[in-house]
Amino acid sequence: MSNFSTATSIAHNVASGAQSAASVVEEHLQRISQREEEVHAFNLVTSAEARERAADLDARIARGENVGPLAGVPIALKDNMCTRGIPTTCSSKILEGWKPPYNATVVDKLFAADAVFVGKTNLDEFAMGSSTENSAFGPTRNPLDTSRVPGGSSGGSAAAVAAGFAAVSLGSDTGGSIRQPAALCGVVGVKPTYGLVSRYGLVAFASSLDQIGPFSHSVADAALLTEVIAGHDPMDSTSIPKPAPSLVSVLGRGVEGMRIGRVADLPEGADADVLARLDAAFIALEKAGATIVDVKLPSLSYALTAYYLIAPAEASSNLARYDGVRYGNRVAANDMNNMYADTRAAGFGDEVKRRIMLGTYALSAGYYDAYYGKALKVRRLISNDFAAAYANADVILTPTSPTVAFPFGAKTDDPLTMYLCDIFTIPTNLAGHPAMSVPFGTGQANMPVGVQILAPTLGEEAMFKVAAVLESAA
Amino acid sequence: MSERLSAADVAKVARMARLNISAADVERYTQQLDGMLDHFADIDNLQLADVQPMTQPFPLVNVLRADVEQPCLDREEVLNAAPAAEQGRFRVPPSGGEDE
Repeated sequence: MSNFSTATSIAHNVASGAQSAASVVEEHLQRISQREEEVHAFNLVTSAEARERAADLDARIARGENVGPLAGVPIALKDNMCTRGIPTTCSSKILEGWKPPYNATVVDKLFAADAVFVGKTNLDEFAMGSSTENSAFGPTRNPLDTSRVPGGSSGGSAAAVAAGFAAVSLGSDTGGSIRQPAALCGVVGVKPTYGLVSRYGLVAFASSLDQIGPFSHSVADAALLTEVIAGHDPMDSTSIPKPAPSLVSVLGRGVEGMRIGRVADLPEGADADVLARLDAAFIALEKAGATIVDVKLPSLSYALTAYYLIAPAEASSNLARYDGVRYGNRVAANDMNNMYADTRAAGFGDEVKRRIMLGTYALSAGYYDAYYGKALKVRRLISNDFAAAYANADVILTPTSPTVAFPFGAKTDDPLTMYLCDIFTIPTNLAGHPAMSVPFGTGQANMPVGVQILAPTLGEEAMFKVAAVLESAA
Repeated sequence: MSERLSAADVAKVARMARLNISAADVERYTQQLDGMLDHFADIDNLQLADVQPMTQPFPLVNVLRADVEQPCLDREEVLNAAPAAEQGRFRVPPSGGEDE
């Protein structure tokens, strides 16, 4: 764990009056002013709004009012979550300057919990990428080594927490976009069960895969933030109609008697330093009283193909809305079709265009069955594999990322090389399960390694119990 | 490299996706997308005839509400965010172009 204050301790101190929300915000804004130019975690720092909210909160505390569970906690939001009146760009030129007319549900929940927003964080354009190099506004740098990427697509949110710019942040995870940058920046990152956190106001990339989740310094902070943002939302038709789970309370319970799955047929591709940390994690859990069981997931090696057909197919449909009519930017043309095509060509970056075309192709007449249709069947196989594995295991452990954070430009020449970064995180999204990355020591170049804990649908309790034990053993 | 994807295919896909891209970009995307499709051929030999497709993590239930008036987004605020608006509506150029 880092030396920065946790959200849990900040909220406790602010609520009890031991520390003012204003002083907490100033401390974080000062770190932003010191290092943001170098790191570029943010598309927008909302200093004035943060100071105003902190002052308001301090006044309420002085009056003896009750405050929320995130009282005074500085939080950063990935810039693909709608914030009313505050620009939301998705790191794309096509949305530059757009101010949403409504808040995402998670934003309203964080307001209600008395969190303090410090800014909107950088991402790979429309969350498509694994290094934040695809942002139209320039890359984010890894605060632990600025010659390396922070991962992606929520690279800005991971870097903001790792650099101490915010105590916690939110990202979105479609194929690993929370867990992989968390691993590369040495912080905790959680992708909750699909449907546990409302997607209302999250700009859609691939709607059957997207899920919002937290970044934090500690497992307890991640549990607290998940509790705050989870729960049923009638504004999201895929929201699970159940109350938010209780997660902070399970953290001290240990893993005695739990069955931890080790994937016997894990796809190749992870570096030796990463696999060594995974082995160490199994040993730590065994020492803590868990049993290690071998599980098989034979379809896992096909997950990359299924994902890179399904996600672009959904994206090609979702991104059709950026047509220069209702919001965002427009390139003027004499007729409507040219206006659409010129606007989209100028507004979207290279990777977004590539995925829109891949998805359009996979859905087009004559190719639908061969590509999209087949990918949906492979998705079923993967889901079936997990169901069989979870008959024998409570959770499964894998690497989060095959490598530690890599240098800029290392994977930008061939798109497929970049896609392979997500090989261990993608299967979770296809199944709709929860998973999280917990920092567990370091690998090459002394960069952090994350261990990924996978659990079945709504298996967050078991996942967090294991995470807490790994955190204390790291 | 396979011949599964031609430059003409990519140009057609770009038109369908309303992306006005240059001839040089068509060449580049053809090469990159063809390379991906090569990789994606790994699922070609799977026996999938009896497998049900999975579009969502769990079955969706249609969400309905009572058909009564309720507050919605502010018209002015929404139109202000548009590239062009006139008389309370979005303004667009004429739809005179050829369509597929």
